[in-house]
Amino acid sequence: MKIEKNLINPNIEKKFEFFEVTADIGYWAYGNTLEEAFENAALAMFDVITNVQKIAKNETREISVESEDKISLLYDFLEELLILHEIDLILFSEFEVKILSDKIDGNGNYKLKASLTGEYIDWDKHERKSEVKAVTFHMMKVLCDTICKVRVILDL
Amino acid sequence: MSIKENITEIRENVWEIPSSFKKEMKVPGRFYLEKEAILNLEDDAIEQIANVACLPGIQKFAIGLPDIHFGYGFPIGGVGAFNVRTGVISPGGVGFDINCGVRMIRTNLTEKDIKPKMKEIVDKLFVNVPSGVGSKGKIRLDENEIDEVLNFGAEWAVENEYGWDEDLKFLEENGRMLDADSSKVSEKAKKRGIPQLGSLGSGNHFLEVQKIDEIFNEEVAKIFNLEPGTITIMVHSGSRGCGHQVCSDYLRTMDKAYKRHNLNIPDRQLACAPIDSIEAQEYYQAMAAAANYAWANRQMMIHWVRETFEGIFNQSSEDMEMSVIYDVAHNIAKKEVHNIKGQNQEAIVHRKGATRAFGSKRVEIPKEYRNAGQPVLIPGTMGTASYILHGTDIAMEETFGSTAHGAGRKLSRTAAKKKFTADEIKSDLESKGIHVKANSAPVLAEEAPGAYKDVDQVVRTSDSTGIAKLVAKVVPLAVTKG
Repeated sequence: MKIEKNLINPNIEKKFEFFEVTADIGYWAYGNTLEEAFENAALAMFDVITNVQKIAKNETREISVESEDKISLLYDFLEELLILHEIDLILFSEFEVKILSDKIDGNGNYKLKASLTGEYIDWDKHERKSEVKAVTFHMMKVLCDTICKVRVILDL
Repeated sequence: MSIKENITEIRENVWEIPSSFKKEMKVPGRFYLEKEAILNLEDDAIEQIANVACLPGIQKFAIGLPDIHFGYGFPIGGVGAFNVRTGVISPGGVGFDINCGVRMIRTNLTEKDIKPKMKEIVDKLFVNVPSGVGSKGKIRLDENEIDEVLNFGAEWAVENEYGWDEDLKFLEENGRMLDADSSKVSEKAKKRGIPQLGSLGSGNHFLEVQKIDEIFNEEVAKIFNLEPGTITIMVHSGSRGCGHQVCSDYLRTMDKAYKRHNLNIPDRQLACAPIDSIEAQEYYQAMAAAANYAWANRQMMIHWVRETFEGIFNQSSEDMEMSVIYDVAHNIAKKEVHNIKGQNQEAIVHRKGATRAFGSKRVEIPKEYRNAGQPVLIPGTMGTASYILHGTDIAMEETFGSTAHGAGRKLSRTAAKKKFTADEIKSDLESKGIHVKANSAPVLAEEAPGAYKDVDQVVRTSDSTGIAKLVAKVVPLAVTKG
């Protein structure tokens, strides 16, 4: 999914891009900040499930997760979204993420709060793509340098 | 130097990587593959077998079966058995979809009986057996009932009038692992399980109407009550979101546990805990509960298949002799007794993408089949043949009574979608007289027969090495997919 070149960092042309994994699906998601990379990782996951452009924005949810490191935080965030999707039968296409850290000398946790926007599943309207069975830690990465990027593999 | 240079053929289609390959290996690795398949096998999958051979308490061999390919921790098509005192349990040795498995029922119908009604059969099965997330579930459990499902499995289903009492006799573990404890299953897993019970799932899961096309062993076919030309129905499904969540939850637990127990493991994805530890015991109880969920799930779907056929043919399912041939799990860990170093010993056998293939006389097999060995169901891919084999004494000796579970993927989903279109696949199948109905066009392309390895080769290798012997071949007439 192309977006306009990012004004802060012109290298970011894509929110996410998929790569080959034999039985599952993998992607990199990008952002100028860690929060933005997490938002795009969530968007990519829902893009595996359906065409995110067809999701109306009439339901909102708030979630919070707390984890020991950034990789676990990404995992827990995506897993929480997957569970919400399955239990409430809902699809999301807009994410606003805030990440706080109370890590001191290696102790403490990362805290994430997110606001999610989407709508209930209606398979007559929404395009069915793939069912995501699980988020995995396999090859998961969180990297921040001039930009932030995260790598995720989903079990399908 | 290629890793394959360390592998030697010890007899036809059986290969070994010695325990000297890595200093931490406690046993050799064994592979059951034709020469062409070993040449094409990913180095990563070989490495994974070598890594499994490093785990504490592993017995005899780490085993790669004829459909082996790279997985998470263990390869898919991998088996490892661990001593109950010195060994470990690893969720990576079971996989995400706990008790993903196959059930097959026979009928006395023939192709001539069903051909005129084929479209109706496919359309009604598609409606009556729900598939993916957001499908209108046919039942809605409450939170107490999910515990019953997790603890009692297919027994719960039969008690609730999904199917026949006699079905239970023909399910692996009689459709219920007694070690299950629903209190070890997280609320998240239960919540994912509640709306999905009685649904097929997506991806490579399917419901297929088939006919028995060829008999390879008439004596065993008689014992299994398989009549050439008759219709069978196969369902391939697992524990849905419930089992996936159990796996996810305990992967986190085990990631901490192996460090706490000072286990030296070669790959973090093999995170495990000593069998007698609290973490291992709780995982085993939760895994057994998820396995029970899967048996209940398949039981309900088979019940709806019978109801569908009753409605279409105006006959009772008893009159159509729609009885269960067998039900196998192919992602599971179980306590079993095996001959190890000349003695019967209890071991925890992990089968990931592997089917139990017990030989004759084992008490776990229904007594009707005991002279033949356990029925082994190996599904093909959409539009290809599937096979019924029987377990053997060779499997008991060499593979802890295990064989392959199907044809592994050879193309990624992305590559499959680039190479095939849903319309092409649909028209190709229909030109062969196979009716197909799926929830989503991308799934048809992703699951194209050309995206998978050759199931015929997998079955041929099982047969030639003696770890499961061919009984019958079934061919598809109709398939529904999530």
